Amino acid sequence: MELETIGTGAIIVEMIARFWPVWAALAVSLVGGYFIRGRLGQIGRLWDSRIGLFGLTVVLFWVFTALFADLIAIMGPLEQSFTFGMKKSLPGTVDSETGQAFLLGGDNLARDIFSRIVYGSRIVLIIAPAATLIAYMVGATLGLPAGYYTGTVDTVMSFLANLVLAFPVILLFYLLVTPEVRNPTFYDVGLFEIPWSIPIAMSAFFFLFPIAFLCLLWFTKHEKNIKRLQTYLGVTIVLGLWVYVGLVFNADPLGILSMDPNELNVFASVVFVSSPAIFRVVRGLTMDIKTRDYVAAAQTRGERPWYIMLWEILPNARGPLIVDFCLRIGYTTILLGTLGFFGLGLQPESPDWGTMINHGRPFVRLADTAHIALFPAVALMTLVLGLNLLADGMREESLKD
Amino acid sequence: MFMFILRRIGTMLVTMFALTFVVFYLVNLPGNLEKIAKTEGNMRMTDQEVQVWLDDNGYGRPFLVRYGEWIGNTVTGDMGYSRVFRKPVSEVVGERLYYTGILMFWVMIVMVPGALIIGVLAGMREGSTLDRSLSVASIGSTSAPEYVTGIIFVAVFASALGWFKGIASTRTITFENFTLPVITMALYGLGYIARMTRASMAEVMTSHYIRTATLKGMSFRQVVLKHALRNALIAPFTVIMLQFPWLLTGVVIVETMFNFKGFGWTLVQAAGNNDIELLLAISWIAVIVVLLTQLISDIGYAFLNPRIRVS
Repeated sequence: MELETIGTGAIIVEMIARFWPVWAALAVSLVGGYFIRGRLGQIGRLWDSRIGLFGLTVVLFWVFTALFADLIAIMGPLEQSFTFGMKKSLPGTVDSETGQAFLLGGDNLARDIFSRIVYGSRIVLIIAPAATLIAYMVGATLGLPAGYYTGTVDTVMSFLANLVLAFPVILLFYLLVTPEVRNPTFYDVGLFEIPWSIPIAMSAFFFLFPIAFLCLLWFTKHEKNIKRLQTYLGVTIVLGLWVYVGLVFNADPLGILSMDPNELNVFASVVFVSSPAIFRVVRGLTMDIKTRDYVAAAQTRGERPWYIMLWEILPNARGPLIVDFCLRIGYTTILLGTLGFFGLGLQPESPDWGTMINHGRPFVRLADTAHIALFPAVALMTLVLGLNLLADGMREESLKD
Repeated sequence: MFMFILRRIGTMLVTMFALTFVVFYLVNLPGNLEKIAKTEGNMRMTDQEVQVWLDDNGYGRPFLVRYGEWIGNTVTGDMGYSRVFRKPVSEVVGERLYYTGILMFWVMIVMVPGALIIGVLAGMREGSTLDRSLSVASIGSTSAPEYVTGIIFVAVFASALGWFKGIASTRTITFENFTLPVITMALYGLGYIARMTRASMAEVMTSHYIRTATLKGMSFRQVVLKHALRNALIAPFTVIMLQFPWLLTGVVIVETMFNFKGFGWTLVQAAGNNDIELLLAISWIAVIVVLLTQLISDIGYAFLNPRIRVS
């Protein structure tokens, strides 16, 4: 039976049509952003740099794709077509049952690659920024005191950071995600059982940092204003612990929050690998800013060290930190892809791009099936490229002062 | 200077001990040991039999004793026996390191001169069209990790066009089957080094002695080649040395993708098959390589740049 296909031109036209919500949202945000760019601070200045604006557009493209995935995708990310010939079908093959073309072809289980890439952007764009953010809180909470106090604190923490940095990333991933290491053992702690394994322990440690960071932030700012301090701290601790227990121990009393064990592993390993580098960046910036006059003024006023670090130094380091944050999301995306590539990441059927590349890898040596791995690879590359160009544009603009 | 080197070596040894300790702990978790017992003995052993097997084979002794013994053996060159390759670990590792060495040699040959030329060309006239296009190209290359470029290259140049081979065999190393792995690996690091070189070159070009050289009537070419280049290449040297830990990940990805049976491929095999002694040896070597390159880069930087005070 001859399969009906549509040509390259038709594929491109239909893809452009499929992405209509993205184009609309892009037009609104880029044009709207142009008019309020003065109020957007560092991001607003991207409209002055051609390269940076291009990067922003690419990043926003994927953000909107993730947001509107349900409207764009043809079928669900795990849905298979049972029509004959759709397995490993070439881009543009029409599914004769539904009459719908597989724009980027089908994979070896007859799932639509286009839809999977669209849904995969959701996973990538949630995990990468979230993991980067947590790594940032860890890096900042440790890097600020190291750069501020220097001396022994700094020596010990820098040594630990260098230790992690000297560890070959790939080896660490392999060691952390062997089933023996990650299978939790359960400990009874009275009320309920706590699952315990090295990745869980690591996330239990890392996920404490956001809570600690926010508490320190409120405490130093509103120390004098007991009432406000109590509300802020109370809300942070209650919400924080709820999220914490739900995500790390999968023991949310309300049963709303939970995280897949694989996802937790990925989080733990990515945060572990990237926080030392962030620690070094924050430490370096702190050492630099510490010598400024306004820090000396705050010290003379008799402010506490943590107030100075969090409310004098950190806000003034935000320029380079935002640039680094964007770059770092790109690195995290690459790391996630690496994990997926080795099959160490999320569940094997997950549509995240690294896992898709890993799936398509065996078929890449034949011209007819190379597209299975090719398109997710291109998607991952464009997102990282967008982030890098965005960061570069911001850096260039900030250097102009 | 001597004290500086000594202190660095001291830190390096401490780091090495700490890291091998962590790896030793991780590969010797009860689950891993149980799996060894079951693959070596038989799959239906009871917990008690597993325990007996572990005791018989010396796995039951205290952790620190075994760690000490492993350190002692490894330092004297006896790294144990690989269960996957059925050979002493030192033999396996030596052979595989040789293959990866060849790969790395070609990667370096392609990557370093390429990156330096791109960086110098981009940095010598900051803000020019050449600078902009080369900078965007370098950002592009840092955005494409090995598993992305590898897939794209294989799909385009091997599967569709058929110019090169998508598999690199360790037995016959030819232009046809070695080009793609080498380019794949070189490309990811290339952009990074090029950007560092560009930044360093751009900084040097704004310095006073360059202005003096230009003002006294030297041609631009002479200024760049005779005066700027030497100072501009100090920073990239450090960066190149610090690339090694990254390159290890690259090696594993590229060797897995192209089925090149070198060091990285061995790592995957060892980890996948729970080959404890091989895995330990691999981690040890990887850590040594990383730390040694860091040491060389520190010392080399201090040597090359006399302005850095060694303290």
